[in-house]
Amino acid sequence: MEHYISLITKAVFVENILLAYFLGMCSFLAISKKVDTSIGLGFAVIFVLTITAPTNWAMNKYFLQDGALAWAGFPDVNLSFLNFIVFISVIAAMVQLVEMILDKFSPTLYQSLGIFLPLIAVNCSILGGSLFLVEREYTLLESTVFGFGSGLGWLLAIVSMASIRYRLRYSNVPSHLRGVGITMLLTGLLSIAFMSFGGIQL
Amino acid sequence: MALLDKKSKKAFSDPLMSNNPISLQVLGICSALAVTVKMDTAVVMSLAVIFVLAVSNTVIALLRKMIPGKVRIIVQLSVIASMVVFIDLVLKAYFYDMSKQLSVFVGLIITNCIIMGRAEAFAMQNGPWRSLLDGIGNGIGYGGILIGVAFFRELLGSGTFYGIQIIPDSFYAAGYENMGLMVLSPGAFIILGLIVWAQRLIANIEEE
Repeated sequence: MEHYISLITKAVFVENILLAYFLGMCSFLAISKKVDTSIGLGFAVIFVLTITAPTNWAMNKYFLQDGALAWAGFPDVNLSFLNFIVFISVIAAMVQLVEMILDKFSPTLYQSLGIFLPLIAVNCSILGGSLFLVEREYTLLESTVFGFGSGLGWLLAIVSMASIRYRLRYSNVPSHLRGVGITMLLTGLLSIAFMSFGGIQL
Repeated sequence: MALLDKKSKKAFSDPLMSNNPISLQVLGICSALAVTVKMDTAVVMSLAVIFVLAVSNTVIALLRKMIPGKVRIIVQLSVIASMVVFIDLVLKAYFYDMSKQLSVFVGLIITNCIIMGRAEAFAMQNGPWRSLLDGIGNGIGYGGILIGVAFFRELLGSGTFYGIQIIPDSFYAAGYENMGLMVLSPGAFIILGLIVWAQRLIANIEEE
């Protein structure tokens, strides 16, 4: 149990997927203008990351890895070069599936997350999460926890940024620095703040 | 039609400065920053992106009349992903150390918004030659910023340029120290913010 708590703390604070690995920047910059939309997108990211991480783990374990197809009678086949294509298709399919299921069973949740779901298929943090869990050789449970933790970290980063940008309206920023420029500088400061979690060991 | 008529030239030159993919369209930052601690990773990454962007733009422009509107995203993604797999295998075969250093970020070229963005916004409407130029132009515009960020991070963070020491030893003897912050992630954000500022000042573009 402690191991998983440590993993989740690491994913949220110490190695925040956005502030330490720069993943999911595009939608971060585009969406962080408003607090409520960024909360919506943040939850959609948690949702999709928590689902795709274990799915892609299974894909890698039973189809792609060296010798993974032994159960089907092909112990010498190594399909690991296909991992990018398989992962991105799984993510796209999952997003589509989640969208349809939500539409059917929870129209209110669909209303609030709906517009963000298609955006998520090309959010780097989702594919990045899947690639990290292969590289770090996580187990199934570790992957799920890692996926959830990364999503939570992303939500935290985007909501903090949206609140900062909300306050920024009252400040006099040089005109050429407005928009992306000042957001990047602020992200830098936020990232420094998150680095103070660096020494935490659970 | 001349090879470089006015419109083709514009497709190539616009993304270099006045419509730069990173600093003005704000696309593709995801994979841009993590590889900028050192010049060599940034250069390899830029070359990879230029290649993927040029080839995928051309292929999609050639296929554009055959791709049904409803499944175009999937088709674009598979074209891009195949190019990225190709790059990844070439790196693994010939530059193994480099591919280890770039780790997951080669794969993340797939979700680099520039590539999808150009495929969707340009290659679906224009011919293959112009799309190729647009792809190369955007790739170079992207690479320019990437290399710019890497230049400052490596110079200030490690005192080197492409692995060669630039800051003389006498500076260190006199008490100069490398800025540790530049090697860490906040350095990338801050340098990129400043570069965006400088470029918008030169191109004279204001927001809101």
